[in-house]
Amino acid sequence: MAASTSPHADLSAALVLEPVASADWLVILPVAWCLAIGALLVMLRRKIDWHPYIAVLGLGGLVLIDILLLRHVLASGPVTMVMGRWLPPFGIAFTVDLTGALFALTASVVALAGGIYSLADINDSGRRYGFYPFLMLLMAGVSGAFLTGDIFNLYVWFEVLLISSFGLIVLGSEREQIDGAVKYGFLNLVATTLFLITTGYLYASFGTLNMADIARKAEGLAGTAPLMTLTALFVLAFGMKAAAFPVNFWLPASYHTPRVVVSALFAGLLTKVGIYALIRVTVMLLPLQREELSFVIALAGALTMLVGAFGALAQSDFRRMLGYLVVSGIGSILAGIAVGGPGGIGGAIFYALHSMLVMTALYFASGVAAKLGGSFSLSSLAGLYRRHAGFAALTLMLAFAVSGLPPFSGFWPKVMLVKAALDIGAWWLAAALLFTGFLTTVVTGRFFLLAYWRDAAAGEVTTASATISPAALLPLTVLVILALAIGLYPEPLLSTIQSAAASLAEPSAYLNSVFPGGAP
Amino acid sequence: MEAWFALLVSIFFTVAVYLLLSKSIIRVLLGVAILGNAVNLLIFTGGRLTRGVPPVVPGHQDALTGPAANALPQALILTAIVISFSFFAFLLVLAWRAYEVLQTDNTDEMRVAEPKDEPAPPLGY
Repeated sequence: MAASTSPHADLSAALVLEPVASADWLVILPVAWCLAIGALLVMLRRKIDWHPYIAVLGLGGLVLIDILLLRHVLASGPVTMVMGRWLPPFGIAFTVDLTGALFALTASVVALAGGIYSLADINDSGRRYGFYPFLMLLMAGVSGAFLTGDIFNLYVWFEVLLISSFGLIVLGSEREQIDGAVKYGFLNLVATTLFLITTGYLYASFGTLNMADIARKAEGLAGTAPLMTLTALFVLAFGMKAAAFPVNFWLPASYHTPRVVVSALFAGLLTKVGIYALIRVTVMLLPLQREELSFVIALAGALTMLVGAFGALAQSDFRRMLGYLVVSGIGSILAGIAVGGPGGIGGAIFYALHSMLVMTALYFASGVAAKLGGSFSLSSLAGLYRRHAGFAALTLMLAFAVSGLPPFSGFWPKVMLVKAALDIGAWWLAAALLFTGFLTTVVTGRFFLLAYWRDAAAGEVTTASATISPAALLPLTVLVILALAIGLYPEPLLSTIQSAAASLAEPSAYLNSVFPGGAP
Repeated sequence: MEAWFALLVSIFFTVAVYLLLSKSIIRVLLGVAILGNAVNLLIFTGGRLTRGVPPVVPGHQDALTGPAANALPQALILTAIVISFSFFAFLLVLAWRAYEVLQTDNTDEMRVAEPKDEPAPPLGY
């Protein structure tokens, strides 16, 4: 740039001068809303009786905001808003495309379900400890991660959700929890540090942190910058966050220790944030390197699936079994990312959304089963079907959904993934997907047989509570209905996911939204 | 200058990984602290090292006249330092608590959440 003398700088070249359209405020609203409600709850720390109701109303509001945001993005394409009016790539941009909006909406539905379930699961001491503020701040971090368009900002939201999750996982401070939290804490911190290292390298090579800017420049830098190193580090860091084999061991070690509602929220939200970041970075920012690494990702995916399924088969504790099923689902998503193309990426996004709903519901079911049967252990749970046929039916539907059997939500993404894998000739990956489905059916079938159909021994039943709290049953039922509805009528969601996957692979609309006037 | 810093960062990473692989929680904690500093130094070096050249554009000009260190990585480090410090504080308390509750700081013996001799699931009914 020539060093010319100009007393008055041209502000329009650096700043957004027009006021932001009011609909565009929706981009930042989910995060701002969660932070505001969280702050309100902290201020009301002496009125813990109000906390649950404020939080549930706040999460209901969040679902509403995310629905409006999804509608806005569906109607007008990706939306961008920059902080402090600085134009990108200098101002931090929040850019929402279909993928981000879909993930954010599903996350808010899961959080609302968790908020309602917590009425039955979190007692006064949990409230005094600050369950609800932590929950709102967790949602601020999760929403921010899905909506941001800046890679360092993504790191910051990862940290926001991580520190809130630390608060949630030690809630109650039992021996088991401390043990689980140590493993969860250290390994997740190492994973985010890896992410930070990669971000540092990325900035050193690209000179920008804006995702749209990176996507634009990636092809030109392919010969000079160490892009394969960056991609491999990103895959490792996000794979660790998502609990992919061989860095998955923190998840089954910790997810069964906290309160049921905390396990359910973690299973629904946290690993999926890692998956979302992996999709965003490998598919949109560095697509050529993803193709080169696809065999490694496919292998990791297949092994993750099988490790998860076999691990689940070896567990006698309901919640530990579910932890392994979460890992197994991550493997299927990785398989989709490795295969690529509209089928693979679409299948991966679909599977992630399905897994958010169904894994959360399964953890809810485990909590209800433990309340009714007095234990999480498969050797002492028994006779639930005879006593609560309706609840048993809900669990059976979830078992079908998680195994990928029709007519539930797990079926369609599995079909897409298997078809996409066969289309590129990766028969072994398709076989792994189908074999995992079979193993998962065995796992859930055996568990249903033991905990539900087996008759309880005489005298065992009296110790446990006999009724299901409506606050626990309502979110479980709603999530099962959602899984059934997606399975029976997948068309609207499927077409949305397909256009989301297409716009990730060809992000011109995303780039236009960040840089409306073309290249600066 | 950058080459020496690269060497220094690599030493930091080596020490951090060595400590992280240890079985004793307190060493792992030290590893985490050193790992955070290694990353901060890495980003700092990535933003160019110049001594005593503030990145300030003179009043009558539009651009910098000579090479100066990029200020953005330094801002990133400020964020990262705050975050890694708070995480270190949390983990320190957690480790102390774990030592109190579990009566050990050896990770091999922390088997409360995953007991060693857990029975296999029932084979029939």
